[in-house]
Amino acid sequence: MNAMAQEASKAPTFTYAIRQADTALILAQRLSAWIGHGPAIEEDLGFANIALDLLGQARLLYAYASEIESQGRSEDDFAYLREECDFLNVTMAEIPNGDFGFTIVRQCLLDCWRLENFERLTHSTDSRLAEIAAKSVKEIRYHLKYSAGWLVRLGDGTAESHRRVAEALAQLWPYVHEWFVEDAAESALVALGVVPAAADLREAFDKRLALILAEATLSRPADVEYRWFGKRGQHTEHLGRLLGEMQSLHRAHPGAQW
Amino acid sequence: MYTQSLNEPSSRPVEALDDAERLARFQARIDAEEKIEPKDWMPDAYRQTLIRQISQHAHSEIVGMLPEGNWISRAPSLMRKSILIAKVQDEGGHGAYLYSAAETLGVSRAELIEQLLSGRAKYSSIFNYPTPTWADTAAIGWLVDGAAIMNQIPLCRCSYGPYARAMVRVCKEESFHQRQGYHAMLSLARGTPSQRRMAQDALNRWWWPALMMFGPPDTASHHTGLSVKWKIKRFTNDELRQKFVDFTVPQAEFLGLTVPDPVLRKGDDGHYITGALDWSEFNAVLKGNGPCNAERLRERRTAHDDGAWVREAAIAHAAKRSARAVA
Repeated sequence: MNAMAQEASKAPTFTYAIRQADTALILAQRLSAWIGHGPAIEEDLGFANIALDLLGQARLLYAYASEIESQGRSEDDFAYLREECDFLNVTMAEIPNGDFGFTIVRQCLLDCWRLENFERLTHSTDSRLAEIAAKSVKEIRYHLKYSAGWLVRLGDGTAESHRRVAEALAQLWPYVHEWFVEDAAESALVALGVVPAAADLREAFDKRLALILAEATLSRPADVEYRWFGKRGQHTEHLGRLLGEMQSLHRAHPGAQW
Repeated sequence: MYTQSLNEPSSRPVEALDDAERLARFQARIDAEEKIEPKDWMPDAYRQTLIRQISQHAHSEIVGMLPEGNWISRAPSLMRKSILIAKVQDEGGHGAYLYSAAETLGVSRAELIEQLLSGRAKYSSIFNYPTPTWADTAAIGWLVDGAAIMNQIPLCRCSYGPYARAMVRVCKEESFHQRQGYHAMLSLARGTPSQRRMAQDALNRWWWPALMMFGPPDTASHHTGLSVKWKIKRFTNDELRQKFVDFTVPQAEFLGLTVPDPVLRKGDDGHYITGALDWSEFNAVLKGNGPCNAERLRERRTAHDDGAWVREAAIAHAAKRSARAVA
């Protein structure tokens, strides 16, 4: 990238990094609520692992966003001192856990998308994003292995488990849409080779997911009209409660070191 | 040298020996600091003692995930959140690992979990105390994990091989947790007045229960005698408790916090002398009347019951797969 392109990409790259960081953080927050409450010890450990990876990814992305912004904001400033409408996570990450099957469906959908996205980001013209993606993609591959493994087990398990994950898939499907709607900021980055094009990503996502759903004996739900856009700061009612809890202690002690 | 090579019978097969002779050979091996392995002959009481001790330890790790897990969602920085998740995850790992060690003695994890959920099995009473503030997670790391290490380091030399090896790994992670807990406590102690108050309050609440983690005084302990002879236990409860006090009091002083024991003083021999422990409280918690006994078990049961359909699905899927592989 030349100097002018670099300057022009700053603001959209910042937004993009925050979207990815917030998605990872909010999903980690959701997943970590399972620790100590899963259906077996191994699942407590599995979700803890994924949550830790996601937190690590969020921290790297916040650090990069802070560098771009150069106002000295720390990762904790981003995580603990922003309001709901400042969070740019995709909506699906904030949807409450539901039962184990619901969490698995949410995870598998997000993993499919994140894997396709981060695999492409490893070739980004933005070298910092490419580095972060290279580290993250190895982790996301494992996350998908875990979530897809469980989705197949539950989809092709008992009648009850099939019903539960089929319902979860139907409930979560509307939140997939926003991942593949490019806004002006993203289109600018696509043009500069910083991020992959949405259409390309959609095709790869559909293909990958179709294989998993087939093995899980599940069908892809029909697309619906209503659309959510968490990545533009338009959130469900759930994010406020999540942040209220997550930020409570930090906000109760302004300026304290922990 | 692999310990298995020590286990080969020398002349006659073990089955041919009578019980008194077997017992004598078993004790001779213990006295020679050999490890007893799963397939070796062992007295039934040795087996039962180990099953009880290892499974209680495993249950403690699993129930122990709850009090600290209580703060994962509200951890005050992303760094502390990561550390706490990793720590609680380690505890789950220890639980899984210890259940496996217990399984080498001929009992299944499912049976052991059933004993826990039905309330028949015990776990460390320390986890029946609440964690109302963030400082409790720090105090647990510093004091509870600190006490656990004192108890567990000698277990790395326990006569039963699988338990001893499990303890080597567990102790490494526990000592990491202890340091993290102390570091978190240090941040609070050097922080704002309200952080310091939080730290002192946590020390006030965890000090005595931590001392009671070593079990009843030697004069009242039922299990110590035989366990020492079999080298499952190498130090008495009171010896370990003293070690912990001697180690921890200077750490509290360094933090600038006050140990909640008005008569605590250093004796002429360099060991600290504490006030009397309130064993009636210990016994009440042990009997199930601690602040959180019912809640902890209820949470474990809920997780287990809510997960039943998931475990059934996994079994059904595995059966389908193997049927397809045969077809």
